[in-house]
Amino acid sequence: MCSILGIVNENRKRLSAKYIVEGISLMNDRCNGLGGGFAAYGLYPEYKDYYALHILLKDFELKDQVAEMLKDYVNIYKDEEIETRNVERISQDYIPWRFFVDVPERYTSDADNYIIDLAMKINNTGGALVISSGKNMGVFKAIGYPDEVARLYKLENYKAYMWLAHGRYPTNTRGWWGGAHPFSILDYSIVHNGEITSYGTNKRFLESYGYKCSYFTDSEVLAYLWDLLVRRHKLPIELASEVLAPPFWEQIERMPPEKRRIIEALRMTYGPAMVNGPFGIVIANGSGLTGTAGNGTMVGLSDRIKLRPLICARKNGTTFMASEESAIKAVCKNPDNVWAPHAGKPTVAMVNGDV
Amino acid sequence: MEMYSSVPEFRVDIDRQACRLCKRCIENCSFGALEWRDNKVKAFNDRCVACQRCVSMCPEDAIALRRTPSVMSAHPIWTENARRDVFTQSRTGAILLASTGNELHEQVIFDNLLLDACQVTNPAIDPLREPIELRTYIGRKPRFVELEELGDSLRLNTKLSPALKLEIPIMIAQMSYGAISVEAHEALARAAVMRGTTMGSGEGGLHKKLYPYADHIIVQVASGRFGVHPAYLEAGAAVEIKIGQGAKPGIGGHLPGTKITDEISETRMIPIGADAISPAPHHDIYSIEDLAQLVNALKEATRYKKPVLVKIAAVHNVAAICSGICRAGADAIVIDGFRAGTGATPKVIRDNVGIPVELALASVDQRLREEGIRNETSIIASGTIRNSGDVAKAIALGADAVKIGTAALIALGCTVCKRCYTGKCAWGIATQDPELRSRLDPVEGAQRVSNLLLAWSIELKEILGAAGINSIESLRGNRDRLRGYGLDHTTLEILGVQPAGS
Repeated sequence: MCSILGIVNENRKRLSAKYIVEGISLMNDRCNGLGGGFAAYGLYPEYKDYYALHILLKDFELKDQVAEMLKDYVNIYKDEEIETRNVERISQDYIPWRFFVDVPERYTSDADNYIIDLAMKINNTGGALVISSGKNMGVFKAIGYPDEVARLYKLENYKAYMWLAHGRYPTNTRGWWGGAHPFSILDYSIVHNGEITSYGTNKRFLESYGYKCSYFTDSEVLAYLWDLLVRRHKLPIELASEVLAPPFWEQIERMPPEKRRIIEALRMTYGPAMVNGPFGIVIANGSGLTGTAGNGTMVGLSDRIKLRPLICARKNGTTFMASEESAIKAVCKNPDNVWAPHAGKPTVAMVNGDV
Repeated sequence: MEMYSSVPEFRVDIDRQACRLCKRCIENCSFGALEWRDNKVKAFNDRCVACQRCVSMCPEDAIALRRTPSVMSAHPIWTENARRDVFTQSRTGAILLASTGNELHEQVIFDNLLLDACQVTNPAIDPLREPIELRTYIGRKPRFVELEELGDSLRLNTKLSPALKLEIPIMIAQMSYGAISVEAHEALARAAVMRGTTMGSGEGGLHKKLYPYADHIIVQVASGRFGVHPAYLEAGAAVEIKIGQGAKPGIGGHLPGTKITDEISETRMIPIGADAISPAPHHDIYSIEDLAQLVNALKEATRYKKPVLVKIAAVHNVAAICSGICRAGADAIVIDGFRAGTGATPKVIRDNVGIPVELALASVDQRLREEGIRNETSIIASGTIRNSGDVAKAIALGADAVKIGTAALIALGCTVCKRCYTGKCAWGIATQDPELRSRLDPVEGAQRVSNLLLAWSIELKEILGAAGINSIESLRGNRDRLRGYGLDHTTLEILGVQPAGS
């Protein structure tokens, strides 16, 4: 059991952290203080052309080591410690650091893959973890309840047009900073409530496409699967969702012929990418690399028999996706409408306007 | 010099009080172990193979078979079997023939693997109330799907290779007409149709009677090329090249001339009474590039409409060999483990050559993934699949589907007496004797095999549901849901499985 919440303003109006923190904190009974985290989009407008690497460092000495490593691969435009304050229940296991970097010119044609490879290299060195690597966005996470993590990172100082939050109740691996959600790769971040029974299959499938899973937790594969399907294989969001939560064969057989051919091909090709077991997820995508004409999106999705809750609401161009309706009502008293998405069917909120 | 080899292995106990002298047992014993002497049934114990036919047919339940208590002095190395074999060969000067699978190695790794189930943190799924899917496609899968936007609609630009659609991930293995009777063949084919899966023709061609079921039959092309002609290739659901089989790696199939009746002669396209001896290698395949040519030739012959499978015995270097087979264009690879059954094989080969299918399967799956070509071929595991637990474990190790041979024959009435090579099968399965064949009713047999497949399917759904999985593709290669119990470190490493408790 975990709590998830996503808030997005489709007009790119930047909201303070107050709403996301209040909403997620209402669901503290869904988590146990062993992990909380946030993703925020529209965070660094002044550095929006640089990849913002949020890196957790096991100790201070690692900072120079990571910086040296980065220098071999990218140009560091600026780096600084991510400001934190002491919070009683949180032990500072890691030092969070941010680097704004860009990719040397000869690699810019494939910059995204270049950054992913770099992030996986750093993750494999031990002691340093790249927790987010997109542009104009960042992830903040630690061990603690979400509201404690928000205080730790001084989230009151940030504004974003799209927020994700997660409160963790670890069920398959120990609680540690790296294991807290969101999981993020490039401009994608994901918060997940559930336990993936197909983890072994998904992980080995991803490995054959070059992804390395290094966070010891099932939720990580969701971020990579989304990256593979949407960014690399350019599937529209609706179809990528049908890969993660495919219709049953019986339903497929009743589809019109053209649609049936497509869905059959997807199930046959991406069978190992199907995510089994209970899940409710919210995926944020800042740049909308494909299929969304350069706009950001927030996608809510549950497993195909809806073994985890997911509820959505909308008010004046702001969309909410949460584990519980109460979390939405806590920050938005009278939404225009509230609905429960169908099992396995995505809810997509699009962000308008330029970055 | 008859010595101790004449000590019979079994003893036929006849309850003389209960016996009403109907002689039914005598009629039914195809091994000549029972005769009518001095107005009673006399047993010749040394001919008894314990096939249980007389026991089943006696209307008075008057017959019991017992293992003869050993009169030999015990020795841990010179077992009774070891001594019997030496004695037999010192008499005959010949290869020892055997049937069924490896008897020398008793450990089955499947038995040391444990499946997982959900507790608390996620819900188990109840197959009686929720759908659980077993459908499986065998064949080459693309690495990605390419779609093109055309106005409001999408067009599929990826061409899919021909695939076998199976409703259950369990296929019936290749057993030839010749090794088994046409009645047995028909029963297996009908069962495959009933359960939406396939059976294999084996290497002896396809009897005319079987053509109506051919869209559920994988036609085999082996080194002897018996019964291979355009209509045969055209009829099958897929074509399978047999390079080797687990029960006799490196050895071709042998069918003695006595089994070549006129119908078998017609089907195999060889003279009546001639021994059908398949060469050990395909004489047009001396290396991997030759295999690629045959794969392509068969695809060409079937107009690229049917998948081409390649079957090999699990041997030491199986991972590298399968990588080569995959790159030769095989749509699926059948890996036959060293415990796989057969109608006839040299005993020394059966018991000593090859490796267990669990290890072969795990290393092939891993190797193909490392090379990024796992999607280009399906892996089918065979040789030891005894129950639905074995099916689930093989799939979790990485198999797309499994094949069953012995289990399907047991469903038809086989009691594993291990005398298939004699052609005297009392149950009408591994025989061409018209009287014995008439004992097997293909329709009833088909129902029994179909029942077995249905029962295993239901059990598979229970296993999946307990693991919180509602479709078989999420178990495939999911070694996280297996734990090893009582296996050494190296074995676990090859299997890619954690020890229980970790």
